[in-house]
Amino acid sequence: MNTKTLMYIVKRVLLAIVTVWIVITVTFFVMHAVPGGPFVGEKAVSESVQKAMEAKYGLDKPLGIQYITYLRDIVTKFDFGPSLKQRGRNVNDIIFDGMKTSAKLGVIAAFIALIMGIIFGAVAALRRNKLIDRIIMIITTAFVSMPSFIMGSLLLIIFAINLKWFPANGASKNGLTLPVLTLSLYPMAYITRLTRSSMLEVLGQDYIRTAKAKGVSGMKIVFGHALKNSLIPVITYFGPMLAGIVTGSLVVEQIFAVPGIGRAFVNSITGRDYPLVMGTTIVLATLIVIMNLVGDIMYKVVDPRITLE
Amino acid sequence: MENKMFSAQVDLDDFMPASDKEKEYMVQMRPSTTFFKDGVKRLLKNKVATVCFFIIVIITLAAIIIPIVWPYSYDQMLGMTPGKPVDNSFNNLAPFKYGRSEMRRIANGETVIPHIFGTDAQGRDYFIRVVYGTRISLAVGFFASIIVLIIGMTVGSVAGYCGGAVDLVIMRIVDIIYSLPDMLMVILLSSVLKVVMEGALDGTVLAKIGSNIISLFIVFGVLYWVSMARLIRGQILSLREQEYVLAARAAGAPGKWIILKHLIPNCFSVIIISTALQIPSAIFTESYLSFLGLGVNAPMPSLGSLASDALNGITSYPYRLIIPAIVISLIVLSLNLFGDGLRDAFDPKLNA
Repeated sequence: MNTKTLMYIVKRVLLAIVTVWIVITVTFFVMHAVPGGPFVGEKAVSESVQKAMEAKYGLDKPLGIQYITYLRDIVTKFDFGPSLKQRGRNVNDIIFDGMKTSAKLGVIAAFIALIMGIIFGAVAALRRNKLIDRIIMIITTAFVSMPSFIMGSLLLIIFAINLKWFPANGASKNGLTLPVLTLSLYPMAYITRLTRSSMLEVLGQDYIRTAKAKGVSGMKIVFGHALKNSLIPVITYFGPMLAGIVTGSLVVEQIFAVPGIGRAFVNSITGRDYPLVMGTTIVLATLIVIMNLVGDIMYKVVDPRITLE
Repeated sequence: MENKMFSAQVDLDDFMPASDKEKEYMVQMRPSTTFFKDGVKRLLKNKVATVCFFIIVIITLAAIIIPIVWPYSYDQMLGMTPGKPVDNSFNNLAPFKYGRSEMRRIANGETVIPHIFGTDAQGRDYFIRVVYGTRISLAVGFFASIIVLIIGMTVGSVAGYCGGAVDLVIMRIVDIIYSLPDMLMVILLSSVLKVVMEGALDGTVLAKIGSNIISLFIVFGVLYWVSMARLIRGQILSLREQEYVLAARAAGAPGKWIILKHLIPNCFSVIIISTALQIPSAIFTESYLSFLGLGVNAPMPSLGSLASDALNGITSYPYRLIIPAIVISLIVLSLNLFGDGLRDAFDPKLNA
């Protein structure tokens, strides 16, 4: 790694930190700009109770002070304060609980998408314009153009309601199968297409012809020469894929009632649980920013031909 | 004239003036084409893109015309007649079934337009809701793309043309907005704007469109212009070094004139292509938000909210989910493929 790459990484990390800070700031001020404050809509409370509540949650202080306190608590203690609607629970606990399920969901989905996508893509490229290539391309085109909530609902109808193979509730045993499938289908289709096109490009390169000419076996060409070099675009997609899985999980967890962080986020928005909205937004946004950062850096490190800005 | 071997004498017949017939033979028969005609020709050759274009046109026309001629409206509960008790026989009708009062009318010999997709839980004709939802989704996609286009084009061309500090500041802002997780910000902003807008819109023309759609447009205007701005800046950067820009500047043309008359028209193909590809992504976002309950205001339907509503009765009425799902996928797929076709046809640099 040369200094130029190092400079690039430092620059990207700084941009990521600025981005996270902006997310926190925007989230904070946007949530505090909501007219009426967080206690509107609850049972009518007397003036003194309202005052006491605001004092308890620190809402009586000036906005600037609240912002600094909030920022300080996150940075030093990773503390997002108490939840307003789920009494006695901290936002941290809720996020941590949800994260356990969501992380499992996301990691398995990403893993399946990567493995299956690369296999299908390579097969399609090697059997170009044959029947199997056509079938793979038609199916992946359909998957890529289908929003995740539609995919999830269709899988729910087919496998949980009609065939009854898997439970519809994500919290029950084997309940994560369908959510994982839903989340992995889009990135899998995308990776298949990426691998196919880059593999076709690589197979046309001179060094593949050289390898063929000197009598290297077909298998060795595919695994030793072609596949390795055609995976660079897939690595680029790694960050956006994980980010997409995070956003996709918002609806998928909703459809299958998976007790994850995505569902906590959506429910907190409909339930106007402001600290929870802020906490989940910040955590999810940070995750996405980190994933994009890792993806970008990996891309630059893996392929030295890429010119740095 | 006899031709001797090795003779340097030329045959004078070869130098006779051409006759009219010969001249006609040399005339270029093919009329000259413009860039646009050429692109359209290439586009028509692409069968997938042409078919997709017709699908889009048919869906759009259907979404515009059918609500005008159809006897039911999207928010009319068929079982509700003023002054009479609610007729429950209209709720949850299966496709091509009729409510009680309609059965009576049919028995009397009247013709009743069938409920092609049945009715929903509140006795509203589902077919017209799907058509209307398509109309809303298409309109949102179209206008959101126009907003993105206008903001992105303005900012991008100013950044590209001015360069220097202006460019640096604008591009840093673009970088930051670009790295924000868009979907989360969209959800956050639209959920808050929805609350803020509700009161503010009352009594204005905008109230009819609904606070949610307005907030959706604002969110698009705030977040999604960045990729368009980047694209146009890149184009302008390479175009502004061209000689004709130098000539225009030497002739004393102001910057605004150069951008509008020289630079933007030359980026047109890029602009059209990326706008065409922006529409499906806007439709996608709108349906996603509607699905989470942040889209259009009830009772107005959009394809996403129809799908979301259908989840409640999914065991008994799965077709209510499948129909809007097919329509969304069809629209998004055809727009994407058509956009790809446009790119192949109108981006000469990719033709190599």
